[in-house]
Amino acid sequence: MLKKLWSVGLLLLIFVLAACSGNDKANEPAETDGDKKSNVPQVLVFGRGGDSVSLDPAIVTDGESAKVTINIYETLVNFGEQDTTIHPGLAESWEVSEDGLTYTFKLREGVKFHDGTDFNAEAVVKNFERWKAGASEKFYYYHSMFKADGEDIISEVIADGDYTVIFKLSRPQAPFLKNLAMFPFGIASPTALDQYGESFGDNPVGTGPFKFVEWKRNDSITLEKFEDYWQEGLPKLDKVIFRSIPDNSARLNALVAGEIDLADGINPSDAQSVEANANLQLIERPSMNIGYLGLTNTRPPFDNKLVRQAVNHAIDKQAIVDAFYLGRAEVAVNPMPPSISGYNDAIKDYEYDPEKAKALLAEAGYDGTPIELWAMPVPRPYMPDGRKIAEAIQKNLQDVGIPSEIKTAEWATYLDMAKNGEFDAFLLGWTGDNGDADNFIYTLLDKDTIGSNNYAYYANEEVHNLLIQAQSEVDEEKRNELYKKAQEIIKEDAPWVPLAHSIPLLAAKKGVTNYKPHPTGSEVLSNVEIQ
Amino acid sequence: MLHYIGRRFLQLIPVLLGMTFIVFLIIRAIPGDPAQMILGQQATKESVEALRENLGLNNPWYIQYFDYLKGLLTGDLGVSIRTNQPISTEIWPYLAATFELAFFAMFIAVVIGMNAGIISAWFQNTWFDYLAMVIALIGVSVPVFWLGLLEQWLFSINLGWFPTSGREEVRDPIMAITHFYLIDTLIQGRYDQFGTVVKHLILPGMALATIPMAIIARMTRSSMLEVMRSDYIRTARAKGQKMFIVVYKHALKNAIIPILTVIGLQTGLLLGGAILTETIFSWPGIGRYIYEAIGFRDYPVIQSGILVVAFLFVIINFIVDILYSFIDKRIKYN
Repeated sequence: MLKKLWSVGLLLLIFVLAACSGNDKANEPAETDGDKKSNVPQVLVFGRGGDSVSLDPAIVTDGESAKVTINIYETLVNFGEQDTTIHPGLAESWEVSEDGLTYTFKLREGVKFHDGTDFNAEAVVKNFERWKAGASEKFYYYHSMFKADGEDIISEVIADGDYTVIFKLSRPQAPFLKNLAMFPFGIASPTALDQYGESFGDNPVGTGPFKFVEWKRNDSITLEKFEDYWQEGLPKLDKVIFRSIPDNSARLNALVAGEIDLADGINPSDAQSVEANANLQLIERPSMNIGYLGLTNTRPPFDNKLVRQAVNHAIDKQAIVDAFYLGRAEVAVNPMPPSISGYNDAIKDYEYDPEKAKALLAEAGYDGTPIELWAMPVPRPYMPDGRKIAEAIQKNLQDVGIPSEIKTAEWATYLDMAKNGEFDAFLLGWTGDNGDADNFIYTLLDKDTIGSNNYAYYANEEVHNLLIQAQSEVDEEKRNELYKKAQEIIKEDAPWVPLAHSIPLLAAKKGVTNYKPHPTGSEVLSNVEIQ
Repeated sequence: MLHYIGRRFLQLIPVLLGMTFIVFLIIRAIPGDPAQMILGQQATKESVEALRENLGLNNPWYIQYFDYLKGLLTGDLGVSIRTNQPISTEIWPYLAATFELAFFAMFIAVVIGMNAGIISAWFQNTWFDYLAMVIALIGVSVPVFWLGLLEQWLFSINLGWFPTSGREEVRDPIMAITHFYLIDTLIQGRYDQFGTVVKHLILPGMALATIPMAIIARMTRSSMLEVMRSDYIRTARAKGQKMFIVVYKHALKNAIIPILTVIGLQTGLLLGGAILTETIFSWPGIGRYIYEAIGFRDYPVIQSGILVVAFLFVIINFIVDILYSFIDKRIKYN
């Protein structure tokens, strides 16, 4: 009896101790909650999947860096609020010469950098010179957008007085303004660039609505309102805090528990529970991406066009969209989304037809050799669950007599292997940078980009010529014709099975208003308010 | 005693040297040219060559190793490719975050695990014994990510007791001095913030403590059972000594050595960072630091990160070895 009492007593003690330590602290957040309701602090906590790499936009390529830097820096021209049309930014207006080789920008006056430096033509020139002189692997975007075959597309940037900048191009570039509007070309304070040198990425200074306060790596980045911002009344928020919460479910939990105000990367399968929660709102990001099944064109059996076409007939794309994107996507026909200028809507997709697939395979003389089917190890908006989608595709392929084994690798290895063309068939995708057809078709399927983003190793001379011609064609209509033609050839060659254009989901507290997600994946938060 | 510590310390040297050599080999064992891998395929020949020179890859391996050792001895852990920062300064906040969580978790694990084990041994084959051991069995088998999400659902969303994730309330950030937030908040006299830090520690601490707690409980139980059968315990009881004193004073003293070993090993493991726990609770610790370095092919960070973690493991076990002789005076080291 005594023994039992002892054990019960000790057990109780442990539990009471544990409970105490919890209880007395549980009362505290209630007070802060109360404060919040009375005067609604304009602080937004943005929960996202990963940390930024650097806050120097010129040297990064990742979306998590862009999300932050786009609020610190501004570009000469801006994208529209929720599209990729071109609007004035740091440049009030601009003129293009007849031949498309000279752009003259009239800069906004009275703009200051966060460190008090004046924004002027000199600052613009200095930034472009920095990017142009730097190594290609350091300023990746500058080199991929403004250099071709080692030749500079921007041959000169000249300051004409304090507020006029002239760009001289070595050849016309149709998406020139769209390229300039991309986040990597945010103008940095020349004083700060000199002052911080290599560590500028930790001490970012721009002209944007928010200025940098603190970065706790892998944890949070804090920005605060820039009081001298040139746009009257903006930004509305006093503070923005970007918090990294890598796990999608944990991020949603943090939102439900009220620790963050906004969460990106919501699983399609969680959309319903967000909608059912009276305190939350579900937000859709306009779609500008593609998820696809790449068929490495240099590896058997996919070096045979008929086999690639057969696979296109074999896969039930609608079923995949229904099951894994839960309707938050549309079936993809071409390698770019329909919202982009130059999309060819006359193209008919390969219909789902296993019998036709079998016939094509027989015609190709495919001998039933098993293939490796690679599944992405990480969720992305364009590919919410690589493994499960691969399983569905495996079944589809099995039905037409292509045996396959699903494989995966750690993400960085996966991308390296894809770059090296080591996969037979693989799942991957792309989110557009600037809303231009070039940024999809050329980037993903031109022979020039084999070894970088052309993971399928697709090379077609005719397509290449069309795409190169389109790059310097300034007449919008003629340019679109070129892209439409390229899409036809690509459809016939079937280097991929385009799967879906998904709608990335976000969720926010009810009080978050005027948050407008941008299709490129990063947006300026100056209009956001908390009510 | 000092003699013993000195000798043990000297024995550490070959272990540490061997460790540096293995870690050094890791980066060389990667197929292909690390410089090319780091820079990507767009890189020009000149910049690859420059980086090779910079990383010292053009020298013979023994010179590379020697340089590497020289660097380590002067506290140079290399420079992160991703962030361009010296790793020796960059690594500290991550280490501090991991230390804080690991020691908090071990505290929970030791207090609950040892007591559960002792009581189970004391009341062997009673309901408490069975229950504790079943819980311990579940504890070693439960997947951490599942437990973590369950904790968040129960304690954060439904009960609202603890925050789901992170180290601090980001709206009221802590000014980092030592990067041990428990200490930083006390130095600054921010007792309210100290409370929030403890609250942030509880859920990840519990998740991280589960496995060590279960292992400690089982080890304590079996070690105690053995000691409880010995003659001197019977003598003590025959003298009329209170059972509590017999168990917690006489028996535990002799049962503690294997328990201490397990605690040491588990602490070492937790200091290596727990990627799953750190991911679920978005804890900016050393595990995720190294894991993300892998994703970015940041070889210097991978190399130095692993080295630091291995070093800590060795040191913790060294400390445990020393503790043996303090706790059990009979242990003679000759």
